[in-house]
Amino acid sequence: MTAFGTGGEPLLRWSYVRDNYDGVIWEALKEHLVLSFTPVLLGLAIALPLGLACARWRRLYPPVLAATSVLYAIPAIGLFVVFVAFTGLTYTTVVVPLALYTLSVLVPSVVDGLRSVPEHVRQSAVAMGFGPLRRLVQVELPIALPVLMGGLRVATVANISLVSVGALIGIGGLGQLMVTGMKWPGGAYPTPIVVAIVLIVVLALLADLLLLLLQRFLMPWERVRRSRRPAEVTR
Amino acid sequence: MNALWNALGWFGGAGRWSGSDGIPNRIAEHLWYSLLAFAITVAIALPLGLLLGHLRRGRPAAVSGFLVLSSANAARALPTLGLLILVVVVSTAGDIVPILVPLVLLAVPPVLVNTYAGVQQVEAGLRDAAEGMGMRGRQVLFQVELPVALPLILLGLRTALIQIVSTATIAAYVGLGGLGRYIVDGYSRQDYDSMAGGAILVIVLAVLTQAAFAALHRFAVSPGVRRRAASD
Repeated sequence: MTAFGTGGEPLLRWSYVRDNYDGVIWEALKEHLVLSFTPVLLGLAIALPLGLACARWRRLYPPVLAATSVLYAIPAIGLFVVFVAFTGLTYTTVVVPLALYTLSVLVPSVVDGLRSVPEHVRQSAVAMGFGPLRRLVQVELPIALPVLMGGLRVATVANISLVSVGALIGIGGLGQLMVTGMKWPGGAYPTPIVVAIVLIVVLALLADLLLLLLQRFLMPWERVRRSRRPAEVTR
Repeated sequence: MNALWNALGWFGGAGRWSGSDGIPNRIAEHLWYSLLAFAITVAIALPLGLLLGHLRRGRPAAVSGFLVLSSANAARALPTLGLLILVVVVSTAGDIVPILVPLVLLAVPPVLVNTYAGVQQVEAGLRDAAEGMGMRGRQVLFQVELPVALPLILLGLRTALIQIVSTATIAAYVGLGGLGRYIVDGYSRQDYDSMAGGAILVIVLAVLTQAAFAALHRFAVSPGVRRRAASD
């Protein structure tokens, strides 16, 4: 299975994969996993309380939304370079900006999700004697979950592909393989680049699928709708 | 923090504001690539999205709608850096054409999806009213569906342009000019001031792009549509 690029060099040489899968490729993959999932968890941990606060105190939301939408516009490489000044060439330099991106996707999802709870449902819960905390955990969050999970899937997939940009400052997980292929002694070598792209896409699809399954597991009462709201697709 | 303050001195460095590696020229390059890619993207995705959204009924429309949505999700998973490097390594077609391909490829989905979804989601009642008033298909599209869908379409255009501006930065790694040069060259020379200077310029450019779209939104979207969105 070799497709030919220019100069007769195939896009993929299996011998490279055979020789390196448990060395360079495996190390890059591990680094990629750490660099892409830590920010998702961090972002989620901050976005939940922040989103709850924004849904509770409505005046807080417009400025937070403006801040997250500006943040979202900033190119990852720009933030990485700025963070080098604070945290040097460490994982933190990649993790913190990606956590900020995750945050900027998740906060609106949390707020939109909580706002999608119908007023009569909230009032029924109050009438049944639910306190604020129990109402939140047992009524509001479950109803907000589809929107929240939609945001989480978008952020996770985006993170997995964004990590590779970190390769420009030497911390890029699988992105490192792309740089290796580009800088190969004696001319560019497509194989590592193709391996990195394929692994990243597969990783992103797997993560998306896992989150979808998690969503079904968390909400057995609701059949997950295939078509997500377009407003989420667009961010 | 100190390192960032020091980097501000970079802006006053010798020859920083003139010549081919000067800031004005790099900004002009960056804008040129970005706007060129954006123009191609809009020329492809906008008419296609309008058409698919307008023909919302029937099986072909359902299939194309599914394809459009899937393409947007798939595009998000594609690593831009890898795509850029691969295209440049494999292609022989000069230096700017191969870079435009991934830029356009990654920017088409947001425009396509938002235009399609925006037009497709226009309330049936509005459309019926327009037809009841005797409007033909094209009039319905341009006088009713397009204005109502405009906020969503602008959002898609904004996402696309921001994506292009940031990918054009990364493209410096494969030899493109523009602001990314300061970051990539700075990294290879171990010159943090140059990297930080480039990063600051890129961030300012992205924020300005965002602001330009906010202004465009205010200017282009009809007051009625804006009020409806606000009361949602």
